[in-house]
Formats: sequence, C-alpha cells, structure tokens
Amino acid sequence: MPIDQSLVGREFPPTAPYAVTAGKLREFADATGASYDERTAPPTFPIIVAFHAMNDFLADVQVDLFRIVHGEQRFAYERPVVAGDVLTASLTVDTLRQIGGNDIIGTSSRITDADGALVCTTKATLIHRGESA
Amino acid sequence: MNDYPTREFRITRADLVRYAGASGDFNPIHWSERVATSVGLPGVIAHGMFTMALAARAVEEWAGGPGKVVEFGCKFTKPVVVPDDDDGVVVRVAGRVTGAADGLTTIALEVTCGDEKVLGAPKAVIRG
Repeated sequence: MPIDQSLVGREFPPTAPYAVTAGKLREFADATGASYDERTAPPTFPIIVAFHAMNDFLADVQVDLFRIVHGEQRFAYERPVVAGDVLTASLTVDTLRQIGGNDIIGTSSRITDADGALVCTTKATLIHRGESA
Repeated sequence: MNDYPTREFRITRADLVRYAGASGDFNPIHWSERVATSVGLPGVIAHGMFTMALAARAVEEWAGGPGKVVEFGCKFTKPVVVPDDDDGVVVRVAGRVTGAADGLTTIALEVTCGDEKVLGAPKAVIRG
C-alpha cells in the first residue's frame, strides 16, 4: 500500500536520548576498521541515532524494515560526535514520490546534543519496495 | 589521476553481522538470503551504510586523522552482494581533490566492487 502523501512536511517527535560511550565508539570503529582516538566518532556514526528516528517513523507508518532499501545518505556536521554526547534525532519527511510501485521517501534528521545544539544534519532517501515489487 | 592512495577493503558475511550489531541495523536483507531474495534482491547485500563507512575510513586516512570531515554524502546505486563464503567481495575506494577553498578540501570518491560503481557521486568535504 502506498504511503500517504499527507506525511510530507511532518516532523516526528525526537528519539529517546542516546548516550555515546567510548566503548560504543570503539565497537563501531572496530566494525568498520576505522582508526579510533578513544574520543572521536567515525563520520557515519550518527547513523545510529538517525536509524532510531527512521525506525520510529517506519513503525508509525506501519512499514516493514525489510521492505526498505537505502537510496541516498548525506551528513553535514557542525562538529564531530564525541564520547559523552547525549544525542537525539528529529526526523522530517521532506518528499514522497511513487515510482513503479515503490515509494521514494526523502527524509532529513536534525541530530542535537544534550544542550539542544545542532551536531549534525542527515538526509536519507528511503526506497520502500511495494508488495508486488 | 587520483590524489590519494586507493584503498581496498574485503567484506565477508561476518563483517555484515558485526556491522549490524555495532550500528543497530538488523534489516534481514543484510544477513538472510531468504528475505533478501523475497524482496527481489540478488542475494544478501552489504548495508549501504557499511560501504559508506569504509569510504569514510579511507577519507579519514587521507585527511590524516579523525574529526575533520564536515560533509559526506553518496547515493547507493548498486547493491554490494556478499556471497556466503570465506572470500567475500572487495570494495575499492579511490579519491581525488576537486576543490580547495576557505580551509576546506572537496574530495570526489570512486567506490567500486568489481567493475561496477556501487556508490553514486560520493563526495566528502574535509577541513585542511
């Protein structure tokens, strides 16, 4: 079933605060082979909180994760994520198109720290593969 | 042609499992052949974000350390299919400088698996 066009422009509530620990950064760096200075997150680390926001969004629109393929991802950083940060992500649906039975969903998420300061903006295009695709 | 040493990264199913755990992305298309093929994929595919993380790893090496990337983006144009064997697949990350101004350097990347570009227009902007 196609996703409702009325979602465009909707901002979803912020995700639960996510505490960035040195151990989690090490785990992520190890999984991607990145060098790690015991403090600074690799560039794609903020996807963890962006992914929380996406999962909340998918649950809200009742879409199964396995029908989602990632089409595009962008990050713009105000500063690197560091150990000790407590991050939340707020997702907005920017665009929605239907092409060949698939929904092409453009989203952006503002990732902010415990003081509410912007750390990173992420933009993701999600392709929702329709039942018949 | 390229301004930086090209990096090669081998990806096996074990890497996908480890990345799933580290990132929290447990989408079964990245570990279940059954689910992947049921949605029309050729087989288990790497997380696009895993391939992107490997590209970021190369960029940080070229930049000389962590914390210098100010922008990073790409499209996911071709899935990286990862076979259920010990060899996996190799992803290559090449990069060249396309601009430098105001203390920022723009890097165009080329990320390939075999003969195919797997990321579309990958680009990074770094301090320095």
